[in-house]
Amino acid sequence: MTVDTMAAIRQTFFQECEEQLSEMELGLLAMDEGNADSETVNAVFRAVHSIKGGAGAFKLTALVQFAHTFETALDYVRSGKLHPSADVMKAMLRAADVLADLVAASRDGKEIDESSYAGVAADVKALTTVEGEEEVEEVIEFQPTVIDFGLPDVAPEPAAAPVHEYRVGFTPRPELYLNGNETVLIVRELSRLGNAEVSCDVSAVPDLDTIDPNGAYLSWNIKLSSEAPIEAVREVFEFVDGEAEISVEADGQPEVSDAAIAALLAQALGNAPPAEAEPAATETNSEEHVQPAPAPVEVIASETSAAPQVAEASKAVAVQTQTTIRVEFDRVDRLINLVGELVINQAMLSQRVIEANFAGSSSVIIGLEELEQLTREIQESVMAIRAQPVKPLFQRMSRIVREVADATGKQVRLKTDGEATEVDKTVVERLAEPLTHMIRNAVDHGIESPEERIAAGKSPEGNVRLSAAHRSGRIVIEISDDGAGINRPKVRASAIKKGLISPDAQLSDSDIDNLLFLPGFSTASTISNISGRGVGMDVVKRSILALGGRISISSRPGLGSTFSMSLPLTLAVLDGMAVSVAGQTLVVPLTAIVETLKPKKGEIHAIGADSRVMAIRNTFVPLIDVGTQMGFRDTPADPERSVAILVETGGGARNALLVDSIQDQRQVVIKSLEANYGTVEGIAAATILGDGRVALILDVDALVTGSFEEQLGGDVHYGTGG
Amino acid sequence: MQDVGSSANSANREFVAFRVGAQEFCIDIMGVREIRGWTPATPLPHAPAYVRGVINLRGAVLPIVDLAMRFGIGLTEPTARSVIIVVQVYQQVVGLLVDAVSDILTTSEASMQPTPDVASDLAKTFVKGVYAVEGRMISIVTLESVLPISAKAAA
Repeated sequence: MTVDTMAAIRQTFFQECEEQLSEMELGLLAMDEGNADSETVNAVFRAVHSIKGGAGAFKLTALVQFAHTFETALDYVRSGKLHPSADVMKAMLRAADVLADLVAASRDGKEIDESSYAGVAADVKALTTVEGEEEVEEVIEFQPTVIDFGLPDVAPEPAAAPVHEYRVGFTPRPELYLNGNETVLIVRELSRLGNAEVSCDVSAVPDLDTIDPNGAYLSWNIKLSSEAPIEAVREVFEFVDGEAEISVEADGQPEVSDAAIAALLAQALGNAPPAEAEPAATETNSEEHVQPAPAPVEVIASETSAAPQVAEASKAVAVQTQTTIRVEFDRVDRLINLVGELVINQAMLSQRVIEANFAGSSSVIIGLEELEQLTREIQESVMAIRAQPVKPLFQRMSRIVREVADATGKQVRLKTDGEATEVDKTVVERLAEPLTHMIRNAVDHGIESPEERIAAGKSPEGNVRLSAAHRSGRIVIEISDDGAGINRPKVRASAIKKGLISPDAQLSDSDIDNLLFLPGFSTASTISNISGRGVGMDVVKRSILALGGRISISSRPGLGSTFSMSLPLTLAVLDGMAVSVAGQTLVVPLTAIVETLKPKKGEIHAIGADSRVMAIRNTFVPLIDVGTQMGFRDTPADPERSVAILVETGGGARNALLVDSIQDQRQVVIKSLEANYGTVEGIAAATILGDGRVALILDVDALVTGSFEEQLGGDVHYGTGG
Repeated sequence: MQDVGSSANSANREFVAFRVGAQEFCIDIMGVREIRGWTPATPLPHAPAYVRGVINLRGAVLPIVDLAMRFGIGLTEPTARSVIIVVQVYQQVVGLLVDAVSDILTTSEASMQPTPDVASDLAKTFVKGVYAVEGRMISIVTLESVLPISAKAAA
């Protein structure tokens, strides 16, 4: 095998690890919430097991060792020997973090000092020796020659749940061995489900001189008593399906259930009809299979035993197997670009048709309208490809909460909501840092210490709630805590001390809250490791604005604070207002616009040589003549024949932009100027109009500040705490 | 298509020859992506005078460099015969506004003469050599030197 293919396989392994880790985390969090049903525990166990298996193949010893310890503990939970109490789950979640670190380190070829996680490893190990029994050490690297099925030690004691008796027949075909599968592993896996009596049938083995070394002559009969449902037993053979003759029969259940299970198996393997339709279908099935003869009691028995299983399994299937494919992002982006083209072309075509006086022909117009609708639908579907749920992002936050809570000695629980909410991949990626920062703040500054909370009559455990939802074409993400809320006198005092406001400034509560977003503001009385290094909410606000979003804050003393962000669903299109300036069309991002005004006589005042301000309801805001600022004309426009657009910048400053006229509001496809030219001061990007011409999208912040350095880019740096 | 290895050494290279004002220039055909007619460009603020603005090239935003202005000859007054030569230099795609494309030259590296030693900035900055073709003098333009200064290149 060449180095390249090895590298490719390795890459796939780590990609899969990512998925397994997120699956694991999800399961553990569900267990932490008290949902420790066997399906969830099994999912977590499988995830860790797969990571261990893959890591073994790449000789990632540290990872294998740790995964093994973790897996053993999970197995105890799975077999009911260990109750997933809050303390146990705490250790498990920490182990999950370590496992994620180890995977990341292995991927990047780094070494992690074993001592750094020895404590966690010991904690997890301690879980498995709670009841004073010796942990059964398993052979981690399996030797192909070992044929030893004597694993009764591992087999858990039958618990209170109903125990099924299964007769499993397993006759491998030569392909099974050719594909590198190992029967011992399968039998071992089976014996994990319960008490297995394994007998090997050697009757098919020929004489030594006629034996084919590549042949398969052995078969096994396994009597398994387990509380696991039959599909779990089937699942053990999932990897060798088609490479062996497999029969699984449940004692005491008539064969009707087999049909149901066969359907289930097909479903579990991915070629599934809609899950909801399933229970009904199987029930009819079982009725059909019931021959006229059997006693009515049996029919009822079969139905009652099959149906709940089906229902349960189909639920699991609906959650787990959404068929997906991996596509390179380049391809998706190319498609998105092409669709952008299509939209522009369609707009151009419409314009040409109108120009050509085809308007009288209704069939042409109808055809055009249909085309327009189709184009829009295609655009939306293509955008949806880039959309990703915020779930992975939210999952990462639970780790941040754990770490910060540990470091500060607080007890905090993170609740997430609306994890399935989808938003553009780039938005998800660029949200990670600001969100991390805000979550840190919420735990570090928001939630009080357990003592303070008890004194305030609250539960010692604080809550941080992270939620996402779609609202009028945007995604709204909220972070709220039930902590002490913003200490307004302290914020005010701090702002005065730092010279951000004058001591006699009249500020409303929300004005004071918004002081948090000022650059260089930090209220933490002690500079902690986690937050409060002077890079604070202003950086968060900047990155949110750079994404075309807005952020707001609300707080009630003693009850907590809520930060609310509203972001565009995609960065590929933008809602803008098309305006005319000196014969050119410019687009002003709608998010920046507060209102539009028609300046009246006497509202414009000159300050200095060439500065002007506009009076808006008794306040004066700087007036920016877009035409002269952009160099489109030399003499300033006459305000009374122009339109003023009141905009708000990232820093919260208000300015009025003077333009000739407003054309309309529209959604525009964002095109990069950087690719072929470079950054232009005051211009965020370009777009292409219906007539095929390029229009520039204003960068309101840069235009207002007028200085290049102030321009917001994507590379905003954060202090990394913890 | 010719074998690149051999063409680089000895054999013939092809050039697109064009007119800017009264003078003739040429660029290596390998750098030319396409040739298209003039369409009005959207002016860019704070751009050098030789950047006429940007146009839409099938969805990409294409900056237009007025070669006459770039060479210091004067602003081109675009006519129906004006042409934009779309060239690619490294990853950057740029349109060059010229008065007309005259022909395609096939010539060898060996017949290139050094730029005559004149005081002109044009000759020193943008021309790397000249060809004598049927009594005409055609200057070979180095594409890198005509590109607009972008923030990317400056960084």
